[in-house]
Amino acid sequence: MERIPILRMGKCLLVTIQVDMEDRTALGLQDDLSSKIAATGATGVLIDISALEIVDSFIGRMLASISAIARVLGATTVVVGMQPAVAITLVELGLALEGVRTALNVERGIAMLASATEDDRGQPHA
Amino acid sequence: MANPTPSGSMPLREERDIVLSRQVVRKLTQELNFSLVDQTKMVTAASELSRNTVVYGRGGEMRWEVLENGPKKGLRLSFEDSGPGIADVNLALTDGWTSGSGMGMGLSGSKRLVNEFDIRTAEGAGTCVTIARWR
Repeated sequence: MERIPILRMGKCLLVTIQVDMEDRTALGLQDDLSSKIAATGATGVLIDISALEIVDSFIGRMLASISAIARVLGATTVVVGMQPAVAITLVELGLALEGVRTALNVERGIAMLASATEDDRGQPHA
Repeated sequence: MANPTPSGSMPLREERDIVLSRQVVRKLTQELNFSLVDQTKMVTAASELSRNTVVYGRGGEMRWEVLENGPKKGLRLSFEDSGPGIADVNLALTDGWTSGSGMGMGLSGSKRLVNEFDIRTAEGAGTCVTIARWR
């Protein structure tokens, strides 16, 4: 089975999905990320989907599950880089990815993770 | 772009075929000069319906047909299986209804992504879903 690589950067895990995933690959990513969050104590997960040409209900469900599992494990997830055509299709399909934090690009995603981690520590915003 | 093959079919037997069907439909919609949004809608609908055929229909096939109506061009896709069928189609077309592990957006969602949608099914008699989208 193909595996999606997970990179670690400080307290964050980075995932870039660059292949047209089989369903089992998506489920594998969900398992791998959950284990990795627990093993590393990561507080943030950034998932870059800018290379994905479609997000169907299966991938949408995977993104929602990862966000929920990560939250239970104490990490915030941000999904970044969704292509406009994918966003239009996803909403028309009936999925709004409720409960999933999203950002336009990697830069904004990282800023979002930084501020979420600050909130968790109870520090005031600058 | 090159003229697409006017019609054809491919088997939908296992998970990998869902990925292949997305690639086939992407190529067909590109050859038909669909806009990127229209390509994405048709590929997404094909992904949902292929998965239904593989997972719930226990395998079947996808057929495609290029449509021409004067200057208008379109693409028709059929997903047919000889699986258990659907007892209550109206219920199955309701948002959120699911017979399995999905989110229940597959059938109802796909219908919203295309211009034409037809489903023929009966309990024990398999399912055939046909969709079409015009450029």
